[in-house]
Amino acid sequence: MNAYQEFKMIGSRPVRPDGLDKVTGRARYGADLNMQGQIYGHVVRSPHAHAVITSIDCSKALAMDGVLAVMTGDDLVKPGNEMLGSGEGAMALKDVVPMVMSQGKVLFHAQAVAAVAATSPELAAEAARAVEVTYDVLPAVTDVHKALAADAPILHNDRFPDGYPEEPTNLATHISLTVGDPDSAFDKADVVIEQTYSVPMCHQGYIEPHACAARADAAGRVELWCCTQGHFTVRHYTAAVTGIDMGKIKVTASEIGGGFGGKTTVYLEPLAVVLAQKSGRPVKMVMDRGDVFRATGPAPGAETKVKLGATRDGKLVAADVECLMDSGAYNGNPAGIPAFMATACYKLTDARSTGRSVYTNKPKIHAYRAPSIPQVTLGFELAITELAAEVGMDPIEFRLLNAVEEGDANMMGAPYNRIGLRECLEVARNHDHYKSAVADGAGRGMAMGYWINAGMQSSATLNVIADGHVSILTGSPDIGGSRASMALMASEVLGIPFEHIHPQVAATDAVGHCDVTGGSRTTLATGQAVIQAAEQCVAEMCRRAAAEWEVEPGVVAWSQGAAHYGDQSLTFEELASRAGAMGGPLTFSTSLTSTSTAPGFGVHICDAEVDKETGRTTITRYTAIQDAGKAIHPDYVEGQLQGGAVQGIGWALNEEYLYNEEGALENPGFLDYRIPVASDLPFIDAVIVEVPNPLHPFGVKGVGEVPIVPPMPAIAEAVYQSTGVRFRDLPLNPPKIVAALLDN
Amino acid sequence: MAVQEFISPTSLSEAQLVVGDGAASSWLAGGTDLLVGIRLGARDPARVIDLKQIPELTAIEIDETSVRVGAAASAFDVLHNSDVPSLFPGLAEALNLIGSTQITGRCSAGGNLCNASPAADSIPALIANGAQCRILGPDGERTLAVEDFVVGPNQNALASGELLVELILPRPPAGTSDAYLRLTPRTEMDIAVAGAGVSITVDESGTCTAARVAIGAVAPTALLVEVAAQALVGSQLDQAAIDAAVAAVRAAATPISDKRGTAEYRTHVVGVLVSRAIANAQARIQEARS
Ligand SMILES: Cc1cc2nc3c(=O)[nH]c(=O)nc-3n(C[C@H](O)[C@H](O)[C@H](O)COP(=O)(O)OP(=O)(O)OC[C@H]3O[C@@H](n4cnc5c(N)ncnc54)[C@H](O)[C@@H]3O)c2cc1C
Repeated sequence: MNAYQEFKMIGSRPVRPDGLDKVTGRARYGADLNMQGQIYGHVVRSPHAHAVITSIDCSKALAMDGVLAVMTGDDLVKPGNEMLGSGEGAMALKDVVPMVMSQGKVLFHAQAVAAVAATSPELAAEAARAVEVTYDVLPAVTDVHKALAADAPILHNDRFPDGYPEEPTNLATHISLTVGDPDSAFDKADVVIEQTYSVPMCHQGYIEPHACAARADAAGRVELWCCTQGHFTVRHYTAAVTGIDMGKIKVTASEIGGGFGGKTTVYLEPLAVVLAQKSGRPVKMVMDRGDVFRATGPAPGAETKVKLGATRDGKLVAADVECLMDSGAYNGNPAGIPAFMATACYKLTDARSTGRSVYTNKPKIHAYRAPSIPQVTLGFELAITELAAEVGMDPIEFRLLNAVEEGDANMMGAPYNRIGLRECLEVARNHDHYKSAVADGAGRGMAMGYWINAGMQSSATLNVIADGHVSILTGSPDIGGSRASMALMASEVLGIPFEHIHPQVAATDAVGHCDVTGGSRTTLATGQAVIQAAEQCVAEMCRRAAAEWEVEPGVVAWSQGAAHYGDQSLTFEELASRAGAMGGPLTFSTSLTSTSTAPGFGVHICDAEVDKETGRTTITRYTAIQDAGKAIHPDYVEGQLQGGAVQGIGWALNEEYLYNEEGALENPGFLDYRIPVASDLPFIDAVIVEVPNPLHPFGVKGVGEVPIVPPMPAIAEAVYQSTGVRFRDLPLNPPKIVAALLDN
Repeated sequence: MAVQEFISPTSLSEAQLVVGDGAASSWLAGGTDLLVGIRLGARDPARVIDLKQIPELTAIEIDETSVRVGAAASAFDVLHNSDVPSLFPGLAEALNLIGSTQITGRCSAGGNLCNASPAADSIPALIANGAQCRILGPDGERTLAVEDFVVGPNQNALASGELLVELILPRPPAGTSDAYLRLTPRTEMDIAVAGAGVSITVDESGTCTAARVAIGAVAPTALLVEVAAQALVGSQLDQAAIDAAVAAVRAAATPISDKRGTAEYRTHVVGVLVSRAIANAQARIQEARS
């Protein structure tokens, strides 16, 4: 399968190169860069969720001592129908600009309407209060059903979904796919389950708020430093939003304190650039937590109708899934993914899946770990579990009977390559957790999940240093330990110690293009670029050794960090130190669009105990099993499994965006937006299954997103088993559980 | 307006002198409410007067009849006092629930009380233990029961310039213990959806001879529910008595529905907490006897 059957480094767990700085507080995050002469930006935000701006008067603010610049939406480009990027992750400019700053109309509470820059953060805040904005306030709608009602206020009178007549509507998108003939296939079913499930809008909850600093020079060049999952994307979007040439913008990614998909776009960055240009001073901007919740892209709330049919002996014969998703104020495209992927875990020859998304007066939704799939999977997996119970089968046995394997196709058509879903189910079935007795009063649930996993563009540059060390530059911000993985992969190929390899996230002008760290793609695709660069390095070193020994390059072998021919050898260090005399500096750059992706699958098992009097749920045991293809650095694979499970637990039990009648978010902080704290959680047992990806040199599959997919249905089922009441609407917070138990 | 002046008096008389009529001034104990309020723009004092350099305000003193806790003594100091946690395990439970290790290191029972949040954890525990507030002001000194100190959400009975000096808790008689429980969706770093503080005295025969029951987060202020206490006194703390106490607190509760819970839920769960708190206090008494 590949040249590295026996791994020496891959699969080991060295300390990550960025670890010490992070635990000692030295690592520099988005807000940690300070520049000489720097001033501070502050955003003026709308107090209304839906309004027309009738005037903005910045004169009083600008007249204040120490206020050096003001701006409004007029300082940004007026978007037409341009698309940013293509394929997965493509976004229309008209859906990006208003998330940076509104232009005439406000469509959600706390939307940016103007910004100021002043010599201190306090002064900037005061100046922001001095900006006078007048509004014609319109009625707001935050509920998808109300937004689709005939009398709903219309957010966009110039947008019409494909295939619909040009009439006022808040329907953003509608997509429906059918394979086979689901309607008549239901006739073959002995048992049919038809239910509706819902999941609330929630936020990624990254701990580090958005932050950036910008500097403009006299020649019109711009430098940006920010926390982001993709600084090339920041460059692209900032250029598109401000009208500055992409080539004049340099972006450096800081360390990042979480993103989970939420930091794959721009919010403050274009504002800081414009304010820096206007003031002639470096401008720093840091979002506060409230604005992170109110005005950056959360994950869509969704309602999913699921109809499933099976035969008495547990064969799934038909599925019909309809997912209604909240897009927020602009088009975040949440409906396509559930339409394409809702059924992806199951062999189904007759199925229909439909996704619709709706505009509401809330911030435009954005990516959150396996975007849109956890929502639809809650419904699909719970319905599967209900179906298994109806036919009297163990939920894992039922899934083993119907799970996809190599050669099966999902709604997207292409057959799966070598996937590891069945292996994960078998590990689950044989796991001590699943075989153990459930504690009295507790309940157990299990569920599985899928994510497509992205490939996309990556680049890497490998520089050999004269002392035999190596620096590796990539353009992939490291959110989950990817620098450690890059170093491990290079170490494996080069045969030199892990500690001699210095991986870095380089700025946009220092390395070839890299798409965002997202889609679970970085270890796979950027890793592939690193592997290729390292292989080129080995080939060149062998060529140089061959020249020295006056033999054909083909006869020189590379092993254990040295070139060998007969009893002669030249080590990596020797070739590095003599590079100047042997052909010049050793630098290798590779760029690629990876087509080596493989989908990811996981199976989770959860035990939960509900206090029947107070309705509080305690997760007592949790096991997350996933096919990683090949775990490069198992710690960070386990970390992904654990982190995804924890975020799923939060979403299942307590996390929820709560809007009031006026369309303002009622819980824009971690006190009332309840992500789990450490003491809420059991140890999350992470089990890595390795079914190598045949398309990848090291067998890697993406792992970052799948782990948030199974938790919600697994937990909801465990709560049902503990209480005897089926809950189909999340979150399962104490008041909801008590209300249902008292009703019973 | 930002804070213009920070003053750190070292005696009660100096504190009184600097505060004057109290205009535009805020007392600072641990600051875990005040500083958050200033940051959010909800509070805007021109002067902040620190209380932690005044010996009486941070002292914890115990004699035969009472326990006196300085209003600015940190929760950490109270929790690590050699006697207070064993005399008032319920009060200790309440203080230990405030925030996190970092917060308990700074915050005070006095600040918790003066801030007068309906959901404050230590207030029901203080009421259950019959705590009195010693208050010093421009017009001299006065004493007020904790249940009368809080007059509304975030409103206390202090006049401008008045200072809460200390909390005085009568020493519990033999056969007495207390307990505090709150309901939060999370295990910590959360705010009570309902809270219950209970103190009971049980004689050798198992009869309850005295009781105080207080509830939090289910009304504009924490409430002392005397009907609930009456249901317990004279009983063997049997199911009927507990049920009557639970019914009494549910009847006394007048909660609102908000983002933290519905009124129905709060009413229900405050009863659950009271019944469990009674059981915990009773178990503590039994344990002390055995
Ligand atoms: C992260 C976090 C978590 C929290 N969790 C909880 C929790 O779980 N439960 C809970 O009940 N609270 C909680 N709180 C709120 C707060 O910590 C408590 O109310 C705390 O007890 C306040 O005490 P302090 O000494 O810090 O008060 P301060 O902030 O110093 O003062 C509070 C108020 O009382 C006034 N004041 C203080 N002392 C006096 C005095 N002697 N005389 C007159 N007025 C005075 C101040 O001017 C101010 O208005 C939390 C706060 C934070 C930041």
